Amino acid sequence: MNPAGVARVTTGCSEAPILRERGQREVFCGLTGIIWLHRKIQDAFFLIVGSRTCAHLMQSAAGVMIFAEPRFATAVIEERDLAGMADANEELDRVVTQLLARRPEIKLLFLVGSCPSEVIKLDLSRAADRLNEKFASTTRILNYSGSGIETTFTQGEDACLAALVPQMPEASAQAPASLLVVGSLADVVEDQFRRLFDDLGVGPVGFLPPRSSTELPEVGPNTRFLMAQPYLADTRRILESRGAKALQAPFPFGAEGTTAWLKAAADCFGVDESRFTAVTALGRERAKRALSHYQEQLAGKSIFFFPDSQLEIPLARFLSRELSMRIAEIGTPYLHRQNLAAELDLLPEGVVLSEGQDVDRQLDRARAARPDLTVCGLGLANPLEAEGLTTKWAIELVFTPIQGYEQAGDLAELFARPLNRAARLEV
Amino acid sequence: MQLTVWTYEGPPHVGAMRIATAMEGIHYVLHAPQGDTYADLLFTMIERRNKRPPVTYTTFEARDLGTDTAEIFKNAARDAYERFQPQAMLVGASCTAELIQDDPGGLAKALALPIPVVPLELPSYQRKENWGASETFYHLVRALAGPHAPAPGTERPPRDAGRRPRCNLLGPTALGFRHRDDVAEITRLLDRLGIDVAVTAPLGATPADIARLGEADFNVVLYPEIAQTAAGWLTRTFRQPATKTVPIGFGATIDFIKEVAEIAGVDPTAVLAGAPSRLPWYSRSVDSTYLTGKRVFIFGDATHVVSAARIADKELGFKVVGLGTYSREFARDVRAAAESYGVEALITDDYLEVEEKVAELHPELVLGTQMERHIAKRLRVPCAVISAPVHVQDFPARYSPQMGFEGANVIFDTFVHPLMMGLEEHLLGMFRGDFEFHDEVQPSHLGHGAAPAPDQTQIKETEIEKAEIASVVQAVTWAAEAEQELRKIPFFVRGKARRNTERFAEERGLATITVETLYDAKAHFGR
Repeated sequence: MNPAGVARVTTGCSEAPILRERGQREVFCGLTGIIWLHRKIQDAFFLIVGSRTCAHLMQSAAGVMIFAEPRFATAVIEERDLAGMADANEELDRVVTQLLARRPEIKLLFLVGSCPSEVIKLDLSRAADRLNEKFASTTRILNYSGSGIETTFTQGEDACLAALVPQMPEASAQAPASLLVVGSLADVVEDQFRRLFDDLGVGPVGFLPPRSSTELPEVGPNTRFLMAQPYLADTRRILESRGAKALQAPFPFGAEGTTAWLKAAADCFGVDESRFTAVTALGRERAKRALSHYQEQLAGKSIFFFPDSQLEIPLARFLSRELSMRIAEIGTPYLHRQNLAAELDLLPEGVVLSEGQDVDRQLDRARAARPDLTVCGLGLANPLEAEGLTTKWAIELVFTPIQGYEQAGDLAELFARPLNRAARLEV
Repeated sequence: MQLTVWTYEGPPHVGAMRIATAMEGIHYVLHAPQGDTYADLLFTMIERRNKRPPVTYTTFEARDLGTDTAEIFKNAARDAYERFQPQAMLVGASCTAELIQDDPGGLAKALALPIPVVPLELPSYQRKENWGASETFYHLVRALAGPHAPAPGTERPPRDAGRRPRCNLLGPTALGFRHRDDVAEITRLLDRLGIDVAVTAPLGATPADIARLGEADFNVVLYPEIAQTAAGWLTRTFRQPATKTVPIGFGATIDFIKEVAEIAGVDPTAVLAGAPSRLPWYSRSVDSTYLTGKRVFIFGDATHVVSAARIADKELGFKVVGLGTYSREFARDVRAAAESYGVEALITDDYLEVEEKVAELHPELVLGTQMERHIAKRLRVPCAVISAPVHVQDFPARYSPQMGFEGANVIFDTFVHPLMMGLEEHLLGMFRGDFEFHDEVQPSHLGHGAAPAPDQTQIKETEIEKAEIASVVQAVTWAAEAEQELRKIPFFVRGKARRNTERFAEERGLATITVETLYDAKAHFGR
């Protein structure tokens, strides 16, 4: 579906060749998704069943964002757990019992699989069933895998949401049409979108994940859903298996992306053109005004994306179309053509797209391209700065509210600030 | 399984990375899934290094497990050798690769690379970061210096009288707590004693440097957690004596100088005479009187806590009320130290247990790691960081050693500053009840415009006291007047005053605490 309101580019990148690489990847594993998911679902707790490495990853990756009372923990597998599987299951039950005694307010507990628990084939779905019987009256227990052998960074959220979908109440076939927004958004962004949908007369609107695990929206054959995040392939598939239908749209980055995203819902719910224009005019105007501050600074500058969050393609589209940046390379861990169809159409022709990673080779390409700005993970940023490249931490683009009209300026600012800093410093 | 929120140490392969990253000309090929690459950011973000750690991760995935992960390892090792051209290579497995049992050592041997390849066996499910670092350093030293060892039983030839004594500095690593500055400070101190440093390792050393460790006259063990095993092997193999004293604190620096002078056969008199530390005088200055008997809780790695306890007790006049470590390998040393201060050592790697202990002891100062900083913040107790694990701010731009005389100066400031915060206790005592100067005002450095902070002292009291009061039978009640009088007592002793008074009342079977009871109890216990 071609969302109206977007001038369709005739060629775009939908057929462009993709450089596929396999080698060392400099990407977080799916466990890291817990860092934002535990802030989003406010009554949920995430128990990683893993190794000391997993616990160390969580506190190191959380870095400056360490919260005094995080709602996540690790059940660290020890030598004796590896001796026999029966022991590991008993141990897990003991740890969960201990945890829920300490934190009785937890309504939803995720058992999160890791590389070691997957390799020793510790069956967390059976453990969840077993523990659900024991704690049925107080806490629901679900499981998913965030392991680095199966998931990269943001895919952990996909796995988590996919585990939630079967828990969503069934909406009857007679239920009126409803809209579901899929993917974690900051509460402030969620509220902005909810107001816009209300003004458009689109609704009822549900959000997945909800802020409270007890408020899971209904899903059924009359549910239409909009993806707020591009990396939710499994969640999409399971929602479709429950009868819901995906609305194809670009992602809500910048004035154009946000308009197209809202338009997809508006068209589906029969909102007429004039009402759509009236409701979105103010936001579009504000977004454009906010972006104009960064136009001069960013236009013509080149940018290189190392693969990280799978947000790279929508972000590159935004930067090239709304801020006239030049794209040196877009690296992404995985490229889901289906989820990104509307985005690929809008990319300028001839962009280098790469999927997967061989970090050393990709570093060679970045050095050769000498981009004005490089978006990369935390492990690479300082070494590249030391080589004289200006960088932006990819992770900030995941943790900062960047979707929607009101955040368009903030999003541009994230890219402008490193350049601004580089220009100011005389040391 | 162990339930953990935070962890004091990473896995042992992170310890190995600390050795590899500290050195030049070495590369570590780590059989690991993609998520393990997070460890790079410890060095590039937390320590702010300007280079990537010299580590190649094989990055195997689930779909590789059924096929040939060994082949992936061999390719990664071959490619890493070609790209980085290291002088030596470390090979090993992370926790997940350990489970698939590919044997990186054997696989690397089959590649027949033209450089020394040191295989590491670091059991992830039993051991932790410091042990991994120690073991890595030990195996590296054995592999590279071993070929230069004299025949067993050979006596060490006497030092050529024409040259100055030479030692190696062993133990500083990447991501170490102030290691960079400690090395500079101790190198300078040794120079003033007339002793040269032959090799500092692993920090800044190349494999060729490691190979010539045996040439020095003796070894200085800066960080026993990292270097003790390697130093022991060097003593046995090359007959090199090794130092035992860690020069952290004024007294320990003096002891260290004497020990080194004895081993090297130099005269320490001149250096000792000019001991350039401000700590002894600052400690004696009258402004420090209020530090007397401050109750301090200490937790961290073994070396730093044993040193911190000695400084706190002997050099600052604090009272050590708790002492503990996560370094189980050094539990015996820490237990012995704790005993000398009349406390029982807390040996644990469970953050929650440490938190419980701090709440129970109600210290006036916590000296700990990044974890204790969180604990202390939650319990509203001042805190200084003295040991890893650390935060980016614990890698300061300024020169900030812990060792030697300058280290003692730095430590004086580090331990004392958190106790002031613009609400200096002796002033609060003197101006008790002053309407503009009391514990509920903002610390002065926050300015007058700022909104008043949430009543910190009350939070502190209620959080800690609730637990305590719950454990005491609620038989004793406070008369309103007495409660009001209690509020006039400075906040840093108020909790203690409350507990003491309640204990006093309970022991005497009093149902109500009056103003009289409060002062009776005060007289009974003393400050």
